[in-house]
Amino acid sequence: MARAVSTRRKVFFTVLAWTVGLLIFFPILWTILTSFKSEGEAIMTPPHFLFFDWTLEGYHEVQARSNYFLYMMNSVWLSFGSTLLGLLVAVPAAWAMAFSPTKRTRGILLWMLSTKMLPAVGVLIPIYLIFQKLGLLDTRLGLIVVLFLINLPIIVWMLYTYFKEIPGEILEAARMDGANLRKEILYVLTPMAVPGIASTVLLNIILAWNEAFWTLNLTTHDAAPLTVFIASYSSPEGLFWAKLSAASTLAIAPILVLGWFSQKQLVRGLTFGAVK
Amino acid sequence: MKAKTILAGAASLLALTAYAKAETLTIATVNNGDMIRMQGLTDDFTKANPDIQLNWVTLEENVLRQKVTTDIATKGGQYDVMTIGTYEVPIWAKNGWLVSLGDLGDDYDVDDLLPPIRNALSADGTLYAAPFYGESVMTLYRKDLFDKAGVTMPEKPTWDFIKDAASKITDKNAGVYGICLRGKPGWGENMAFLGNLARDYGANYFDANWKPQFESEGWKKAIEFYVDLMKNYGPPGAASNGFNENLALFGSGKCGMWMDATVAASFVTDPKQSQVADKVGFAKAPCGEENCPNDGANWLWAWSLAIPAGSQKQDAAEKFIAWATSKHYAELVAGKEGWANVPPGTRTSLYDNPDYQKAAPFAKQTLAAINAADPSSGPDKPYNGLQYAAIPEFQGLGTAVGQIFAAAVSGQMSADQALQGAQATATREMTKAGYIK
Repeated sequence: MARAVSTRRKVFFTVLAWTVGLLIFFPILWTILTSFKSEGEAIMTPPHFLFFDWTLEGYHEVQARSNYFLYMMNSVWLSFGSTLLGLLVAVPAAWAMAFSPTKRTRGILLWMLSTKMLPAVGVLIPIYLIFQKLGLLDTRLGLIVVLFLINLPIIVWMLYTYFKEIPGEILEAARMDGANLRKEILYVLTPMAVPGIASTVLLNIILAWNEAFWTLNLTTHDAAPLTVFIASYSSPEGLFWAKLSAASTLAIAPILVLGWFSQKQLVRGLTFGAVK
Repeated sequence: MKAKTILAGAASLLALTAYAKAETLTIATVNNGDMIRMQGLTDDFTKANPDIQLNWVTLEENVLRQKVTTDIATKGGQYDVMTIGTYEVPIWAKNGWLVSLGDLGDDYDVDDLLPPIRNALSADGTLYAAPFYGESVMTLYRKDLFDKAGVTMPEKPTWDFIKDAASKITDKNAGVYGICLRGKPGWGENMAFLGNLARDYGANYFDANWKPQFESEGWKKAIEFYVDLMKNYGPPGAASNGFNENLALFGSGKCGMWMDATVAASFVTDPKQSQVADKVGFAKAPCGEENCPNDGANWLWAWSLAIPAGSQKQDAAEKFIAWATSKHYAELVAGKEGWANVPPGTRTSLYDNPDYQKAAPFAKQTLAAINAADPSSGPDKPYNGLQYAAIPEFQGLGTAVGQIFAAAVSGQMSADQALQGAQATATREMTKAGYIK
């Protein structure tokens, strides 16, 4: 009897998980399908799900009109650059807060997070003017700095949470065995925090890859990433769904592949410490 | 060997000098068919001007507006040529943000530009932007559905006739709706249509003292008529339909009639984008009453090219603009892609061309509509513009009011409540901005 119930539960949860998974994936699937339609087919009501004339027209046009490689390389530079810079600052910060907390640590953490509460557009003009004066408009360096700064609170918070899960006693034991600070961080803390660091890195790469406010406003051509590439396919007058879908599919493809290969690390990191 | 080395060195030095001398223009533009076509034809320009390189930045309309406004207001100098509309030109020219286009070359023939478009892009008689394509408003209708219902479209329809025809054509079971009109909130979306409709009933946005007119008789008639029409004969979810949504509906045979920008005609007659390409008829935009202003053509817009005052490459930018909006460019497009693909609505000579008349069955209506449109200010109308008011505050105000009217179409409030809400919102904004003392 007990066995039957558990099988039924298993089936129920499997079906539920698949349903939720497919629901979440559906918009992406629909975008990919639309990218293989003609503009006329893309607006058809009722829409055709799979049985339509598959065409590469949208991709051809996107290929002919835009230099996809330039945009993609910019996205790679911006997302990896800002994440690496973020790690350099956030690992020591999170280490200090997790293992040598003071009475103000909590306040500092909340204050850092509070910077995310201001709508980005509120500081657009000051930042734009600073960038203009420093000659950073439309440069990769400028964008890397901005993306690093806006994602920094999240990196610190995530790493802090992961580091907190690591018992201080282990570090103490390492110290008693004669490990200095460098060895302690390198050989004891880091291996234990790898899943956490990996998922922080991945999440931040994804956040930086998808960031579409600053990347749209502070670039024109030379440093423009894939968000600008996608935005150029929306049209005020004229049909554009198939082309826009083709551009979106091309834009999400690299990050989708990255996510696919690193899903094990990502899931492990995100559920790290969930069960004690 | 030595001579060869020297020669090679000299050649590379020459190439480097040429490269260093080449100027790169950054051109900000919206994504529409005509602009994209131009990007494909720029070889013609760069061959004639080898010292000028072009970088294109194509953006969605609202993003483009936000970006170029930020750039121009802060004198960022990121762009050398900008694509802007008739709304921005007079405001920006007044702020000293644009370079005047006094001299576009001897063969430019500035007098060939359609007078209403030229006026809309000028301030104090000086041209500040060159029109790339222009549009007004017209009626597009399905000839086959009209024949089936036994109705004939008059040359100059009235809105009462349109309502009657819509009731006869509507067949909701077959998925055919008598009329499709804009409902999506936005100053350039539903308010473009509603501002035009209110003018058809004799009402403006503001009176001579800048007092909003949403509670006037004209606006009342217009909104009550519009809400009733859309509820009974419009497609479901009309409050979220903008130009593109209606284009999709009309092109897939769901609409009997559609009143919108004249540029729609070229899309719905293109068999690649429209299933009803050979069944579309064209008529003038309707009037709400006898002798309505501008004969119902209460709409004028032109996507135009302008040079921001912050650009360091103004001479090269002027050369490019002169090329892109010239008669030569029209001939270039016609030679490569046919006359039907030439950007419409800017030059008289295009409409005099028999080849164009043959290729574009809607040419006559487009020209009549643009020439009838008069956006200038007058004693009762203190602002320039027809479907919009060319004041900086209109973007925010128009969008806020547009949201209220969209709520009326979706049935969240009555037409009267919407008009009261619109009046209160507009009065508050205009008082805050200092127009109403």
